[in-house]
Amino acid sequence: MTTPADLTAVTAAASVEPPSPEQEQFDALIAADSRIEPRDWMPDDYRRTLIRQMSQHAHSEIIGMQPEANWITRAPSLKRKAILMAKVQDEAGHGLYLYSATQTLGITRDEMTEQLISGKARYSSIFNYPTPTWADMGAIGWLVDGAAICNQVPLCRCSFGPYGRAMVRICKEESFHQRQGFEILLEMMHGTEAQQRMAQDAVNRWYWPSLMMFGPPDDDSPNSARSMAWNIKRFSNDALRQRFVSMLVPQAEVLGVTLPDPKLRFNDETGLYEMSEIDWDEFHEVLAGRGPCNAQRLARRRAAHEDGAWVREAAAAYARKQAAAAGEVA
Amino acid sequence: MPTPGDSAAEVWPLWEVFIRANRGLSHVHVGSLHAPDAAMAVRNARDLYTRRGEGVSIWVVPAAMVTTSDPDAKGAFFESSAGKNYRHASYYTKSEGVKHL
Repeated sequence: MTTPADLTAVTAAASVEPPSPEQEQFDALIAADSRIEPRDWMPDDYRRTLIRQMSQHAHSEIIGMQPEANWITRAPSLKRKAILMAKVQDEAGHGLYLYSATQTLGITRDEMTEQLISGKARYSSIFNYPTPTWADMGAIGWLVDGAAICNQVPLCRCSFGPYGRAMVRICKEESFHQRQGFEILLEMMHGTEAQQRMAQDAVNRWYWPSLMMFGPPDDDSPNSARSMAWNIKRFSNDALRQRFVSMLVPQAEVLGVTLPDPKLRFNDETGLYEMSEIDWDEFHEVLAGRGPCNAQRLARRRAAHEDGAWVREAAAAYARKQAAAAGEVA
Repeated sequence: MPTPGDSAAEVWPLWEVFIRANRGLSHVHVGSLHAPDAAMAVRNARDLYTRRGEGVSIWVVPAAMVTTSDPDAKGAFFESSAGKNYRHASYYTKSEGVKHL
């Protein structure tokens, strides 16, 4: 594993040779906090890092539809069903914006799809947890989408233009997700005792995985230092995690739920929340494909791709026929 | 030079999507998508980019039909406007204080 210290060594060694004019221009744009556009020269590692991060992000949006689709048919009212469908449609849209933006870096949609369904590419570990109750729709909206927004707002200023622009659009749509989740939990917390227990149980199950969404701790985050130097990332994993928790605490009070961490308390001296150690073994297990639903999620995505083949073929055949007919008329 | 993201290796062609937010405004590029033909591209663009009242009109253009300036020649290509400050009204300062100028 590469640590930030290793990176410093690499950078020092690389700086012996004078940078190329292209590299100098790239560095100047980054230093000026300007944007890199697809046709600009960029270091290979910058391109690779972005393809990895952006396609993983796109895959997460696409896989993220599954835990929620699980509840579309069983939503408690027509209104909730319509809201959930709109949300799932948003996730699909976010995936598509991000795939398009990633393609400007020179990878095709097919390659990315292949990497996802073959299990080669990763997606956010959070979507490998099951959604056994309706309250999970609330907890996902409040905690998972809340963590996602925390992560995504700074990405609107990402140095790669198409990624930043896609994120602006995504963030605009995302806040509805968080609010509808909060509302689901709030209504349940004002409901029967059984509903309250169900809401609290969902919060207990999603709290820690949502904190893991920010990634490993800073001193164990292999790509963070470089991504921050390139203005891809703006804040460290731990800083974002702190920010998220400090937003959650007052919201949990409004909801009337407890956050499942007995050690959680605000430290007046540091101005930060103290919390229990996150179970990073669990995080790495899920990341490595051994989470509760990894196999199921991937199998579902693969089946959807294969079962949808006839739609793609039919649309292509129709387009060919239309083009041929237009040719005859002309 | 073709538009970024357009590739012969893609199964469906790439379309660039432009949306007019309101009457009287120009169509602005909002993103791109894949579709087998133009009619489907417009429908997909409607579904993907206008779910929240973003616009009143959509243009789709095959990405392969977009020709761009060469980013590596940026300096030379746009040079002619550099150093021609007299093209801007703000260059003319002697008329300051004179009304209606």
